[in-house]
Amino acid sequence: MQTQEIKKISSQVRRDILRMVHACQSGHPGGSLGCTDLLVDLYFNTMNLKTDAAGKVVFDMDGTNEDLFFLSNGHISPLIYSVLARRGYFTTSELASFRKINTRLQGHPTPHEHLEGIRIASGSLGQGLSVAIGAAQAKKLNGDKSTVYCLMGDGEQNEGQVWEAAMYAPHHKVDNVIAFIDENGQQIDGPTEKVMSNRDLQAKYEAFGWNVMRMDGNNAEDIQNTLIKAKAALGNGSPIMIIMKTEMGAGVDFMMYSHKWHGVAPNDQQLQDALAQLEETLGDY
Amino acid sequence: MALFTYETKKDTRSGFGAGMEYLSQHNPKVVALCADLIGSLKLEGFIKNSPERFFQTGIAEANMIGISAGLTLGGFIPYATTFANFGTGRVYDQIRQSVAYSGKNVKICCSHAGLTLGEDGATHQILEDIGLMKMLPGMVVINPCDYNQTKAATIAIADYEGPVYLRFGRPVVPVFTPEDQKFEIGKALHLVEGKDVTILATGHLVWEAIQAAEALLEKGINAEVINIHTIKPLDVQAILASVKKTGCVVTAEEHQYNGGLGDSVAQFLAMNHPTPMEFVGVNDSFGESGKPAELMEKYGLNANAIVEKAIKVMARK
Repeated sequence: MQTQEIKKISSQVRRDILRMVHACQSGHPGGSLGCTDLLVDLYFNTMNLKTDAAGKVVFDMDGTNEDLFFLSNGHISPLIYSVLARRGYFTTSELASFRKINTRLQGHPTPHEHLEGIRIASGSLGQGLSVAIGAAQAKKLNGDKSTVYCLMGDGEQNEGQVWEAAMYAPHHKVDNVIAFIDENGQQIDGPTEKVMSNRDLQAKYEAFGWNVMRMDGNNAEDIQNTLIKAKAALGNGSPIMIIMKTEMGAGVDFMMYSHKWHGVAPNDQQLQDALAQLEETLGDY
Repeated sequence: MALFTYETKKDTRSGFGAGMEYLSQHNPKVVALCADLIGSLKLEGFIKNSPERFFQTGIAEANMIGISAGLTLGGFIPYATTFANFGTGRVYDQIRQSVAYSGKNVKICCSHAGLTLGEDGATHQILEDIGLMKMLPGMVVINPCDYNQTKAATIAIADYEGPVYLRFGRPVVPVFTPEDQKFEIGKALHLVEGKDVTILATGHLVWEAIQAAEALLEKGINAEVINIHTIKPLDVQAILASVKKTGCVVTAEEHQYNGGLGDSVAQFLAMNHPTPMEFVGVNDSFGESGKPAELMEKYGLNANAIVEKAIKVMARK
């Protein structure tokens, strides 16, 4: 898909995120906006997804013979929900139920309510990379040549389990995994450098045996080019880690360059100001 | 008079190993993971037969639980194995989010539960694991009593779709249940019929309960002994029928009072059939180093303790 088209979808997804968070006055808009360009590319361009004869995506839990995506930093749930709905896993009208009683769109993603497109619960940080690596090993056992993708936050790198998984995947030559770190430099209590410095993530992952790449996570062209390069590097004995620089709140000028919008909902006026910066390309839900 | 006899003593963990060896040959969907304790978990047979279906995680239990959850996608049945302390308490949140809440078909199989691991002491002697696991919605909790039953349970849980905690131990104990028995999850087993007091036992305490029943018989007391190998789901019909007959109950387990089998039985009886009850278990303390039999004596987890509690509870009828 042309990046022109990707950008149009991303604009709509950003509108969805803001409207969902505004409607329930809770949720995490900052990281959701920052990772929008990546997830839209994965689901609309890069990933090979199972579809029916009419081309509509179909969901089954095992996900055999299709690419899988695991969201480890589950708090950016508005983003995954919008992308899944826009891709056709469920109706976009359901986005209005986000975080409301009896919803399938829980505060953090879960398969517990049988929401199509979600295969694991996340929210308690640091667990998704392990799950993704396990799913990748299942694919290898089944002779399934598909790829498993996983997104983590940079604050999430504080969790010890991430490094257990980082050690495990190269040891077992799990080379059908492409993972991402959303390096927006922010976490709840402030800049990651002040809260708990990650120091040199690239050097760390390389020392653990990963093939590390970098990209601009808010540049659709760079995302496409890097993912083409990453896919070409699969199957060479090493898992791949893409450290992507993003801006929390990307797409809305007053939400960028701060951790203030990590977990804060916009009020009515702020919503209008934000939506004015984002074209309604596919029709609001 | 001996109510049950046995020819050999074996460890329940070897029953697990035998079950895994069977599964390596009979169920191609079963995969095994271990956190650097292959010998302790008796996994050599499985690994020899199916090396491609074994995953060494190193001393990294949190990752092992996550890898297991991922392996379920694609139809595999992961058996995640380590010591009970590291496979439950250490990784509670990983089990809660990635396995239980996510509804993944992972079997958490743990050895060295309770005091009977002996000399290693309280850091390894978890006495809270049944409680931790049974509190998770949808989690099945099984604590078999001997080698044969552990082997049967290990094989049976592969055919059950959903998360299971299977708990077993280190010491050799009498093998008194039938070889090649069929294991039915949630189905209590009547071992001794009696009318005066019900003894509900699980795990290593089942043999002690039988010994207690023999001692009580010599005093003219007819104890009913039921093997509650599955703590969750609890066979409440079997328990209710027995206590309606006997009018009092003792539970026996190698676990804290809090959160254990006794706690589940008490909750059920309080709501449905209030009955005088006594507990054999560890009462809000940690264990310590020592020989297994010495520890079971010191902490009141043997046949003598069950006899005392049975006489005490009968007086409360």
